[in-house]
Amino acid sequence: MLDTTDLERRLDAILQDHRGQEGALLPILHAVQEAFGHVPAEALPIIAMDQGISRAEAHGVMTFYHDFREKPAGRTVLKLCRAEACQTVGADALADHARQVLGVDWHGTSADGRVTLEPVFCLGLCACGPAAMIGDRPVGRLDADRLDALLAGVR
Amino acid sequence: MRIFVPLDAAARALGADDVARAIQAEAERRGIDLTLVRNGSRGMIWLEPLVEVATDAGRLAFGPMTPADVPALFGDLSAHPRALGLTEDLPWMARQTRLTFARVGVIDPLSLADYESHGGLKGLRRALGMSGAEVVKEVTESGLRGRGGAGFPTGIKWKTVHDAPGDRKYIVCNADEGDSATFADRMLMEGDPFTLIEGMAIAGLAVGASKGFVYIRSEYPDAIAQMQKAIVAARAAGILGASVLTSGRPFDMEVRVGAGAYVCGEETSLLNSLEGKRGIVRAKPPLPALQGFMGRPTVVNNVISLASVPVILDRGAAFYRNFGIGRSHGTMALQLAGNVKHGGLFEAAFGLTLGEIVNDIGGGTASGRPVKGVQVGGPLGAWFPPALFDTPFGYEEFAARGGLIGHAGLTLADDSVDMLQMARFAMEFCAIESCGKCTPCRIGAVRGVETIDRIARGDSAAVPLLEDLCNTMKAGSLCALGGFTPYPVMSALTHFPDDFARAKEAAE
Repeated sequence: MLDTTDLERRLDAILQDHRGQEGALLPILHAVQEAFGHVPAEALPIIAMDQGISRAEAHGVMTFYHDFREKPAGRTVLKLCRAEACQTVGADALADHARQVLGVDWHGTSADGRVTLEPVFCLGLCACGPAAMIGDRPVGRLDADRLDALLAGVR
Repeated sequence: MRIFVPLDAAARALGADDVARAIQAEAERRGIDLTLVRNGSRGMIWLEPLVEVATDAGRLAFGPMTPADVPALFGDLSAHPRALGLTEDLPWMARQTRLTFARVGVIDPLSLADYESHGGLKGLRRALGMSGAEVVKEVTESGLRGRGGAGFPTGIKWKTVHDAPGDRKYIVCNADEGDSATFADRMLMEGDPFTLIEGMAIAGLAVGASKGFVYIRSEYPDAIAQMQKAIVAARAAGILGASVLTSGRPFDMEVRVGAGAYVCGEETSLLNSLEGKRGIVRAKPPLPALQGFMGRPTVVNNVISLASVPVILDRGAAFYRNFGIGRSHGTMALQLAGNVKHGGLFEAAFGLTLGEIVNDIGGGTASGRPVKGVQVGGPLGAWFPPALFDTPFGYEEFAARGGLIGHAGLTLADDSVDMLQMARFAMEFCAIESCGKCTPCRIGAVRGVETIDRIARGDSAAVPLLEDLCNTMKAGSLCALGGFTPYPVMSALTHFPDDFARAKEAAE
């Protein structure tokens, strides 16, 4: 649970940074997620008030976009591409392997809190699939053995 | 010694950072004065990481490189096991017509000096000496059409915004390149970001807009960072700001980051997202050109459309227009992806046949098995069987064969791919990504998955139902997501009927 005063102080700094920006809601939500690892439920009414919209609207925007999380992710996020180009070179089998070794389904976090598995529809690495992002590192021509090695390197 | 190691995300995904580190360490160990340039990718992804060494004869290419291959770069280069010869002489490079991508992979992407010495800013300088209407006319006469997929004439869109009354207008660059098999926008933004900035500045001057946005998808962190750095550099050099190149005319721009919604690649949905709303599609009219961002006249163009403008202004409309076939003028950045032997980006004039692209340029499948089909134009594009490989690459030519060229991404699939599964995925994807505004897309996609599952179980009575559903989605959806999902589905059903009959045979 986040300390409420701390949340309000950090949130206020983010809102100040975006004062006067046209269409600031997405940049604000990105900044909040960057700061807290997710968009805390307590933050939404404050953001809504600042932007002059209702809580329902703010909630509607936040939940529309796949990127914004209501809860923190695991320490590392593994994004596996599920799109067509990667499918033609074995992305489905790789995804089955990942779900099995992590013991989770899509969007799930491994029991030890290390890895969250997310599907992604295209990383623009379509000539070297199956593609993935592990943390902020792009990976191409991924297979089960290399995935195991990469996952072993995640703390 | 001057060595180039790409910073392109695909090169990084294949180990370019490790190779760059090894090169630096080896140079240090040998006490060699090294200039390491992190350039864009030349587009030969199957050879990445592709390292280049500058010599008196030109740039020599080596690839695909691993850290173990690095020490030999400091010996006899001709004897290097990964030596490919002069980069410019490689068949993949020599066969291209690089206009939009002329500098990608060649220059240091963030060096303005490099940019200018390779022809950068010439288009903008010429545009500054012209009236807005003259610039619009030049772009119209070049025959440039929207490279994002819709193919709408860019000049006509600009003219609408130019003629629209309003003291505030906007240029919005659609860099929400969500289609599988497409990565041209990403490669351009990472490898030559100033070209996009120059194109947007020209667009701003042409239509009377002083503010621009680049809406980049969050899945492209490298491109986002590169564009942000380039904008800061362009502002510092006076290319952006209150007085573009001391002309007294203002134009500035900023990067906005998407949040993982595919539908935001649709222009009206993108505008809503940019305004801080749900990425819901807007009904047209009103056209974004008249009531776009914040209800103001707005140009919404794809990255490649805008990045093609500088060369058009520099070399003239006629030069650009003379490339291509029919009503498809200029060049297209073909992106070969999926199960392909030689995958990557290949810029060529319109008019190559699909077969030339797949077999001669792409070299067929990576697996070595026969090509079963090629999906052209991303997730909303049709699957083409080899029987249609004589189709010339052009907007009307592909439409005449029941397909579309889209953003020119091509996904090759070999004979192990089940087209029923690909059709099912198209519906599943549409259901996940539908913005929910119109019924044919929101409900149709869900029913589409169910109907294809019925066919998969051997219920052939579901086939006419699927056809009927596709017609409804095609005719009744507000945007291309619901409207074009029938393309991959129906093309799979039409060209690969065996994959839809297999379960039936098994059931009988």
